[in-house]
Order: sequence, then structure tokens, then C-alpha cells
Amino acid sequence: MSAPIIEFKNVKKCFGETVIFSDFNFKVEENEIVSIIGPSGSGKSTLLRILMTLEGIDGGYINVAGESLWHMPWQGQHVPANNKHLHKMRNHLGMVFQHFNLFPHMTVKRNITEAPMRVKGVSRAEAEEFAEKLLQLVGLADKADSYPNDLSGGQKQRVGIARALAMKPSILLLDEITSALDPELVDEVLDVIRNLVKEESFTMLLVTHEMYFAREISDRVCFFDKGAIVEEGEPEAIFTQPKEERTKAFLNAYIGQ
Amino acid sequence: MNGFHWDWAFTWEVFPMILTAAKVTLLATLLGSIFAIVMGLVFALLRRSNSRTLRISIYWVVEFIRSTPLLVQIFFLYYVMPEFGISMSPLATGVFALGLHYGAYLSEVFRSGIDGIEKGQWEAARALNLTIVDTYKDIVLPQAIRPMIPATGNYIIAMFKETPQLSAITLLEMLQMAKIIGSENFRYLEPFTLVGILYLVFSLLAAYGIHQVERRFPKEGFSLK
Amino acid sequence: MEFGEIVSVLLQGAVVTIQIVAMALPLAVLMAFSFGLIRLYAPTPFKQIAIVYIEFFRGTSALIQLYWIYFVLPFFGITIDAMTAAVVALGLNIGAYGTEVVRGAIQSVPKGQYEASIALNFTSSQRLWRIIMPQALVNMIPPFGNLAIELVKATSLVSLITIGDLTFKAKMLADTTLQVGEIFGVVLLFYFVMAQFLVFFIRRLETHLSKGLGRGGLHS
Ligand SMILES: Nc1ncnc2c1ncn2[C@@H]1O[C@H](COP(=O)(O)OP(=O)(O)OP(=O)(O)O)[C@@H](O)[C@H]1O
Ligand SMILES: [Mg+2]
Repeated sequence: MSAPIIEFKNVKKCFGETVIFSDFNFKVEENEIVSIIGPSGSGKSTLLRILMTLEGIDGGYINVAGESLWHMPWQGQHVPANNKHLHKMRNHLGMVFQHFNLFPHMTVKRNITEAPMRVKGVSRAEAEEFAEKLLQLVGLADKADSYPNDLSGGQKQRVGIARALAMKPSILLLDEITSALDPELVDEVLDVIRNLVKEESFTMLLVTHEMYFAREISDRVCFFDKGAIVEEGEPEAIFTQPKEERTKAFLNAYIGQ
Repeated sequence: MNGFHWDWAFTWEVFPMILTAAKVTLLATLLGSIFAIVMGLVFALLRRSNSRTLRISIYWVVEFIRSTPLLVQIFFLYYVMPEFGISMSPLATGVFALGLHYGAYLSEVFRSGIDGIEKGQWEAARALNLTIVDTYKDIVLPQAIRPMIPATGNYIIAMFKETPQLSAITLLEMLQMAKIIGSENFRYLEPFTLVGILYLVFSLLAAYGIHQVERRFPKEGFSLK
Repeated sequence: MEFGEIVSVLLQGAVVTIQIVAMALPLAVLMAFSFGLIRLYAPTPFKQIAIVYIEFFRGTSALIQLYWIYFVLPFFGITIDAMTAAVVALGLNIGAYGTEVVRGAIQSVPKGQYEASIALNFTSSQRLWRIIMPQALVNMIPPFGNLAIELVKATSLVSLITIGDLTFKAKMLADTTLQVGEIFGVVLLFYFVMAQFLVFFIRRLETHLSKGLGRGGLHS
């Protein structure tokens, strides 16, 4: 097997006095789809945010696509990464947010084309052509000229997905992308992801509370608690025969609902 | 280039004079604040009156006072009041002008403070059959005061910083004193700088004071008795 | 004196007042943006310089700043005419208050907007100018409008350094004629009209900007 595309080695992360990860180890293979489930406050979002460079780390190493994410080589040593290094590393990654975070002052089309044009230097024509393709993929071809505030939550999130895809990341991070939505809008967003993984291969890391979706789409499910992976494995195994008591309790609470 | 250097001897000579004038500045601020708070409450309560005409008139009065310069208002009172047979000293004119001007600003603070009281409190007061005066005195104001402290304090500091304008009607406050000293000695550097520093010190102290008052103020309000 | 004559003298003063506003306002906006951004993003020593500027001009009084610039600077060999002193003093004074408007508006843009722009790999200057600032501008309009009104009011101070603005002309007329009621009544009305004009203009600008930028609201 080739080297993992994401690797956490002895990672430590604190917020002030609160330790989120004390000695965290984790690997994701290329084109693997990993779901992360677990109780609130267990550090799921923090994990994705560290990968997206929205949070720094307090110890350990993270490798992404064979390079250190938060460190860079300098005079034979590994030193904390500078902006240039982070800028390079972010090209591998894309993220879809729970609260969409669309740019309200730009049309849907510009939300999608702005970054490819400004960051990657793609021509306007090319960026717009790709944006149209992506909007078709997410079923919003007719909304290109709308503003985010004129869209429903489900539509906003589909634009959020298109916007992230426009940068052609090799790793896609999805943080509870349906939990801010009304129940009837959840499936239109999940369908987009379903279609996406059917058509292309992605490395995908998703935090979700939609257990049936995790079970259906993932290659591997990780159950997180208190900043550590308590149990992981194939979805069928985790959902039908969990070994750990904490996993059982968590899943029971969900099914019970 | 006679005054290029700072003259310490001159500084020490004029400092006591400016401090004496500072008393006038502080007195004007104090009286002005009291008057402004009273006017602010009057405006705020009138804007809650049952008469629509009254509410709208007060709105425009407040708007008018707030959007015209304090200095012109000072001149207006100073020149026009005597026409009506009302002669006031510069200090009284100044206090009156500051009070009106900042009363207009404070009325907005008080209004939103009073609006911030939950409907349930008014209903409870009505259920207890309290008079309107008691409702304000015992229920509404004690709760509304704490959130109003910072904004009120900031307006009082702003008023303090506008007191130098009273020099225009010859009130002998700090700036007027500095001007007189300056023109008598042909040296403006030290007196004006001293006055500037005193303003800075006083307003920083006042800002700190407001913060302390707000912090110490009981969260659940207090009795107005 | 004929009422018409009084009004025409006052109008001359009003023109001077408007000239000062027209020159001091751009200076204030320039100071507000540059020092507001320094206060937020520059390295510490620059931040400290910005804080000194802001605290000094907000902590002392506008009239004292005006006098200091007009009467004290000549002692340092910097002689400036009254008009320049007026524009500089008022521009710096209102600008110092404006820095807080700029800072507050930028900080009120939701954190998610920063995070999304990091995730899309925008550089920090693209982040500021393309994502954050257009949204912050909309938030800045109302408080900047209030500052513009404060500036119009503050221009009356320049009458005290012998500039022939509206207030100066009023006082001059009041000293020479006896129609003080009419004079100051008209002057107050003039200032009021200027302020109302600004209010109207700001409302228009706000509607216009929020339409173009955020379609009425800024939450997505
Ligand atoms: N910026 C921050 N400052 C301080 N504490 C933080 C910060 N961000 C997260 N935390 C804390 O870190 C812990 C983990 O947070 P995280 O958001 O990763 O949890 P989560 O597993 O995503 O939970 P949820 O399911 O509620 O989203 C929580 O206790 C949270 O309060
Ligand atoms: Mg989370």
C-alpha cells in the first residue's frame, strides 16, 4: 500500500487549559472515505479544522500528501510553517462548513469562480465554465446569478459544496454539512455527495450525525470520544457489532431517538 | 524660534492658574451632567407619552438639538435670552446649553434602556396596581440603570471635552485661562499643552471610573429610596 | 439690516463651512481606514503609534487640538494658515473616532467568512479586500454618517480661529445688528438642513450598498 495521504503523529492540541488531543494518531489512505462520529465536544470539528489550517497544533506532526502540514524543512530542521508553506499545503484541501459561510456580497457564480480566478489564476472563461458544470452537478444551474441570501439552506449548502470543489482539492473535509438544515432539506445535500463519490474518487473526511449516511457512504467509520478514537472499522462492523461499551451507548442513544 | 524648547519655569508658574480654572471646567461639567440627565429623562418620558403629536414634536426637538452645533446653541442662549429679559452668567448659560445638548443625546440612551425592560415587568406592575410613578421609580428605573451606565458615562465624558467651547462666551475655564496666559506671555506652547494633558488625564480617569461603577453596580438593580 | 441681507451674508459663511467639511471629511476617512487597519493588523510598534494617535485625539478636546495646531505649531517653526489648521484638526479628530468604526465593522464580519476564505486559500490581502471589507463597508455606513454629522457640527469651532464660516458670520452679524434671534435661528436651521441632507444621503448610500453587496441582509 502507498503512503497514507493524511497522517497524524502524536498530535497535541489544547485550548488554553483544556486538552483536546493529548497524543493523537490517525491515518487516512488516498481515496478513502472516512466518517467520524461521536458525542459533542469530542474534538471532531477540531480535527478537521486543524487539517484545514484553521487551528494550529501544540505538538506532534501532521503529514498531508507526503509533506508536513504545520512544519517545513529549514536548514535541515523542521520548523513551524510560514504562510507560504501553508498556502501551498491548502491547495490539497477543501472544506464545506456547517453554516455554509457563503460570501453574501457575491452571486452564486462568483462565490464559485472567485477563488479559482484569484488564487489559482484560472481565466474567467475557464472558471465560469467549470462553475456551470459544478452548478449542474449540484442541481442549481438556474441559480448562478442569485445571491446567497435568496437561497434556501439546502441550496446554500449545495453552493458551498460546489465552491469547495471548484478549487479541485484532493481531500474534502465536510463538517456536519447537514446539521443546520431543516430535516426535509437534508437529503438534497446528501444526494450531491452520493453522486459525487460515484463519479469521482476523493479522499473524504466527514463529520456527521446522519448515521445511515455514514454507514452507506464510508469505507471506514471512526467513533470519537474525548479526543481519541475509541473504535474504528468498516461501517457494517461498527454499526451492527460495536465492541466498545461507549460506542454501544452512543449508537443506542441515536437509535433510541 | 523663541519657544522651541519647553520652558519648565514657565510651566510651574502657570500650572496653578490652570488648575484653578480646572475647577470651573469640572463645575460646568458636573452641573451640566445633572441638568442633562434631568432633561434626558424628561425627553425620554415625553417620547413615551400617549399623545402622538407630543411624541413627534419631541422627536424633532431632540433631532434638532443633536444635529446643530453646541457652540451655536451656546451663542444662541447667550445672545438671544437677554432679548427675553433673561440674563444669565456665562456659567449658567454654559450649563444650560450643555444640559440641553447632552440631554438630547441621553434621551436616546434612556429611551432604549427603558424599552429594554421586559413587557412582563410592566404587566406585573399593573397587576400589583402600582401607580405610573411607582412603576418607574420601583420597577423600571432600578433595572434600567445598569445597562445605561456606560453610554451615559461616555456622553458625560464627551460633554466634558466640549466645555472648552464655553471660553467663547468668556467663561474662565481651562482653555480661556490658557488663552489669556498665552496672549500675555506670547507663549502658547506650555499652557495649551498643559490643558491638553489635563483633558487627557481627566477623561482617561473618568473612563476608568465609569468602568468601575458599572462593575460594582448590583446586577439585579437597586432600590431608588 | 434686511432679512435678505442677513441670509446672504450667512450663505457666504455656509459656503465656507461646506468647503471645510468637503476637505476634512476625506482626510478623516483616510485616517480612519489607515489607522483602523494598522490598529488591527500591523506589527506591534505601529499598533502602538496608532493607539497613541487614537487615544490622544479622542481623549482631548477638538477645540484644544485646533488651538494647539493653530497657535502652538508656529512655535516649532510650522506656520500654517487658519484654513489648513481647521481641516487638519477636524480631519484628525473625526478620523480618530473613525478608526473605531472601521475596526468595529471589520470585527463584526462573522468569523465564518474568514474561515471560508482561508479554506479557499485566498491570501491575507485578498481576504481583507475582497471578502471582509465589502461586507464591513455596509456596517460602516451608519456610524460614519453620524461622524459626518459630528464633523459638520464641529466645523463651528473654526469660527474661533477667525475663519469666516457660518458661525463666525452669525456672531459678526449678532455683534453689529440687534436681530440676534433671527440670525441664530437661521443659522441653526442651516446646520439642521445640512445634517438632514447628510442623513438622507447616508440612507440612500446604505440601501444602495446593501442591495449590491448583501441583498438586504448579510447572513448566509
Ligand atoms: N476556539 C476554541 N476555544 C476554546 N475551546 C474550544 C475552541 N474550539 C473548540 N473548543 C472546545 O474544544 C472541544 C472540542 O470541540 P469540537 O468543536 O472539536 O467538538 P465536536 O466534536 O465538533 O462537537 P460538536 O459535535 O458539538 O460539533 C469542545 O469542548 C469545545 O468547547
Ligand atoms: Mg463540531
